[in-house]
Amino acid sequence: MSAFEEAERELVERTAFARAGAARQVPRYDHGSRVPGWDQAADLDKDPAEIPDPDTTPVPDDLRAEIEAHMANYPDRRSATLPALAAAQRVHGWCSPEAIDQVACVMRVTPAYLASVATFYDMLETTPVGRHSVYVCTNISCSLCGADELYAAIRAAAGEDTEFNVRAFECLGACDIAPMASVDGVYVGPLSVEDVPQLLDDVRAGRPVLPDKQLARRLVADPRANSREFPLHPIEAGAAAGSVEGELERRS
Amino acid sequence: MTEPLLFADIDEPGLNTLDVYARRGGYESLRKALTSTPEAVLHELEASGLRGRGGAGFAMGKKVSFLPKGSMDKYLVCNADESEPGTFKDRELMQKCPHMLIEGIVIASYAAGASRSFIYIRGEYQLQADMLDAALVEARNAGYVGENILGSGHSLSLVVHRGAGAYICGEETGLLDSLEGKRGNPRLKPPFPANQGLYQGPTLINNVETLSTVPTIIRIGGEKYAKLGVETSTGTKLVSVSGHVQRPGNYEIELGIPSREIIYGLAGGPPEGRQVKCWFPGGSSSPVLTAEELDVPYDFNSLAQAGTMLGSGAIIVVDDSTPILDVALKVAKFYAHESCGKCTPCREGTNWTVKVLQRIEDGQATPMDLDIMASVQEHIIGNCLCVLGDAMAMPIGSMIAKFRDEFEVHIESRQLSPVGASRALEVAGA
Repeated sequence: MSAFEEAERELVERTAFARAGAARQVPRYDHGSRVPGWDQAADLDKDPAEIPDPDTTPVPDDLRAEIEAHMANYPDRRSATLPALAAAQRVHGWCSPEAIDQVACVMRVTPAYLASVATFYDMLETTPVGRHSVYVCTNISCSLCGADELYAAIRAAAGEDTEFNVRAFECLGACDIAPMASVDGVYVGPLSVEDVPQLLDDVRAGRPVLPDKQLARRLVADPRANSREFPLHPIEAGAAAGSVEGELERRS
Repeated sequence: MTEPLLFADIDEPGLNTLDVYARRGGYESLRKALTSTPEAVLHELEASGLRGRGGAGFAMGKKVSFLPKGSMDKYLVCNADESEPGTFKDRELMQKCPHMLIEGIVIASYAAGASRSFIYIRGEYQLQADMLDAALVEARNAGYVGENILGSGHSLSLVVHRGAGAYICGEETGLLDSLEGKRGNPRLKPPFPANQGLYQGPTLINNVETLSTVPTIIRIGGEKYAKLGVETSTGTKLVSVSGHVQRPGNYEIELGIPSREIIYGLAGGPPEGRQVKCWFPGGSSSPVLTAEELDVPYDFNSLAQAGTMLGSGAIIVVDDSTPILDVALKVAKFYAHESCGKCTPCREGTNWTVKVLQRIEDGQATPMDLDIMASVQEHIIGNCLCVLGDAMAMPIGSMIAKFRDEFEVHIESRQLSPVGASRALEVAGA
């Protein structure tokens, strides 16, 4: 086993335990870099990764159907890469080697191709993470309104709870409710440090998160936009991050 | 301003459904457009003078006319990746009035001769993507999207494509690569997307707000639309105001009004007892302006003359309670994180700018570092495939130029003891 493989294995083992909170680590060569040194040849004996064999790669039926539906949307099946990886992540919790193999098997591309894509995007997790994502926006507008303190408070309150994947995120496009967070895809704000225990409790209990502070509820700020008074948008259980079917049902 | 165009009664319950949208006259513009020729629709768009609302401000009609004629596969891509820090206008439109965007896309595709279209929406906008998906099902069932739309012979497929979190995918060629299922690395231009874009085919790329304006233009006519705003910046614009203001949010303004009217009149200005220190007029990529420049008219050309840009229409206000170093560091860190790494000046330039700013923060910098940092910015601008690097270099460069004194005070004071540091800042009034 090469030093790199050893480091990689150790890392996988380590991250499986200490996930939330630990700084994201990458496997490194002896000289500290992620790429081989100039005097180290690539491992030419290593077999190239192949497209996984459908016979030996079981894929859950739902996942296969979803990926195939995405592929049918585009002239080139590779366009379905992002939706397919997102679907696999919903099933597996993260873009694990197993998840990537399954997507590769259905899409008929190499796992390496998918891994190269998965590592590029912030919302695709390439290490195991907690089930509930809490993205705290810490970009300029939110940080002017106290987002850094908010992020620290959420980190501290979530502590070692491995259910949570608390991350500082780049601008989430909701500076009107700064400082804000996206909790399992639901935008809430403006948040204060006092809201943090309630926020985490709501997630743990499976309730809608801070219903009064959800973005979906807000009216536009421009006073000239609405010619008359309109009610606040209702928040139903799970409605904010609801499925398309649910949304259509509500409309009918 | 007379009447809001995009935000008119936007909070009416059920506006996201086809029923309410159609009752309010929705899809009438599409009917009108389909009864005339694509050339006539293009003429209206050109006559409107509508400039792209995503950041670059390129004339929309002209962009459509750049697409080659002929029967090849042509594509229309709606850029809904809205990730410029401070921008949240498209979110409001997609969430509350998704049919307006869909109608605009179908009309624009008719003018451009495109038969396939995509909405590339950032992955974080889950609610908005769900709203669009549901609206799309309704529009398809009603025959506004699909084969032979309303018997006109024009066909269009439309897919809502969700991104996965990358600022660079808002750059048009990075977006195209991402839509093709790759890492979102920008491409060399030329060839421009109008000639070789998605799947190497001619591609029209427009922002959500631009396309959402199209139904209005067809309804009232291009020439009438052009009477709104000022000569080189026609129409109304959604501005997102955030940061240190009392009423942050989206406002629809007529282009050309004084910026002060937006920041103080609409958004209420900074909190009691505080003053505007600087403000970004068009997202965090735009060079900052100071309190003395609050009377600049808010339109494309006036802001360009003031040495900055209208960008995406995102005004971020910073008041005098925040050190300029904090702002610079926040901005630089963002671009360093989001640089895709393809071009050296951007990848290294953003990285080193963060290091130098951190050095100032840590009290290990010398005044010479400011000159080094300024020269790094100069060497980024114009030297990369896309403008992500420029988007850091321009605001950082403007901060060094306009707040050099404060940076120098920081450099000196941070080298002293913590107590001395705060005193030196007090003396300098920073």
